[in-house]
Amino acid sequence: MAETVNLTTPLTDEVIDGLSIGTHVAFSGVIYTARDAAHKRLIELVKNGQELPIDLRGQVIYYVGPTPPREGAVIGSAGPTTAMRLDPYTVPMLELGLKGIIGKGGRGPAIRQAIKDHHAVYCIAVGGTGALLNRHIKSAEVVAFEDLGTEAIRRLEVEGFPAIVVNDCRGNDLLEAGKKEYRTSSRPIPAVQSLGG
Amino acid sequence: MEHPNGTHMREITADQITETVARLAVEATHFLPEDVEGAIRGAKQTERSPLAVQIIDEILENAEIARTKMLPLCQDTGTAVVMLDIGQDVHISGGYVIDAVNEGIRRGYGEGYLRKSIAARPFSARTNTGDNTPGVIHTEIVPGDKVHISFMPKGGGCENMSRYQNFLPGMGKQAVIDFVCETVDMSGGNPCPPLVIGVGVGGTAEKAMTMAKHSLFRKIGQRNEDPEVAELEGELLKAVNELGVGPQAVGGSTTALDVFVETYPTHITALPVAVNIQCHSARTKQAVI
Repeated sequence: MAETVNLTTPLTDEVIDGLSIGTHVAFSGVIYTARDAAHKRLIELVKNGQELPIDLRGQVIYYVGPTPPREGAVIGSAGPTTAMRLDPYTVPMLELGLKGIIGKGGRGPAIRQAIKDHHAVYCIAVGGTGALLNRHIKSAEVVAFEDLGTEAIRRLEVEGFPAIVVNDCRGNDLLEAGKKEYRTSSRPIPAVQSLGG
Repeated sequence: MEHPNGTHMREITADQITETVARLAVEATHFLPEDVEGAIRGAKQTERSPLAVQIIDEILENAEIARTKMLPLCQDTGTAVVMLDIGQDVHISGGYVIDAVNEGIRRGYGEGYLRKSIAARPFSARTNTGDNTPGVIHTEIVPGDKVHISFMPKGGGCENMSRYQNFLPGMGKQAVIDFVCETVDMSGGNPCPPLVIGVGVGGTAEKAMTMAKHSLFRKIGQRNEDPEVAELEGELLKAVNELGVGPQAVGGSTTALDVFVETYPTHITALPVAVNIQCHSARTKQAVI
């Protein structure tokens, strides 16, 4: 079992410096949920010069739309959604101080560069393990866009939430490196699809 | 029920269909099929990447938690895809069959605490319909007096990686292999590998994609009955697993658990190929009434 680095949010530049691709991390503290519809609204607020409902400086956003909780539960199943769909919205978020992102799948070249430029980190949680990840979420509270339902922005308190570093602050990419290492096919490697998912 | 010409018609009520669909929705989203779990367990033995093995362990642990704690396997409980094989000697009473299926979806997604993921107007007001209806419902008339219901809560991550292309008729098998490999390669981690890959070859555009989707109801390891198609399935699985994509695309030797191919005769000008990808949470459940 590889060593796990425990991270407490908000993230500092120093902590981000110490993270490399393939590192197992465990987040504790507050993280915020946001996916397609919430990002669209956040970007509109930014464009109109309006204040955002959350202060993004040093924060971590988790791309997730959970299932509804059963009676008495904090949250339902809560695994990551495809990060690449959020690529068109990511640069302004980084410009506002966002330091960490949790999703699944790879990021386009522009976002990898932006993560490097803004000294941030992109991690994946294992897609399709929403029941397991549920156990690491200790509280959930809608803080904006309640009308979006599962897509509303939630403030989550997490404990030991497991993820793997895919894009570090030095511009490295785990998925690219991993594919090269384990590829036995002679086929040329195509560019990852830039949209969808 | 006696038909005027004396043939037997079996009566099935719309309520029976609703109840069955509601039950399938809950079971499919909480219980990973045994064959899928077995294949994932098997992949752990052959996987070369230690990081990939850890991911496989998390996937197996997730299935255990989902089953015992009644939490959905994945928060994306999908578009409800329902394939109905309706025996021609069946009479459905007490309501329209499509309404009955949608009522089952509404009930299953509500009572089962499943996520409602359907946007009403695709290119404009993407208001959530609130109950995960309408499902994508296919009907087929088959011989007999039973109704066979196949339910698949199809996640967006993998569905969005679907691809269709028509090739030149003379391009043959290699076109199929190249297209499937390219699709998997380009999809990376988006469809949540290790994958189950459905491929439809032949027919027309919609026939090819429907075959690709339909094939995903097969059990892992179940080969096409046509030996030539079965051989292609084996070649595709090998080629895909050489790509190195691996679980969650972190790199590894397990990119797909299986590849299923269905074929149909096609036009002399055409070689239609459709790919419909399923994630490792290859959730399906079937029932016969």
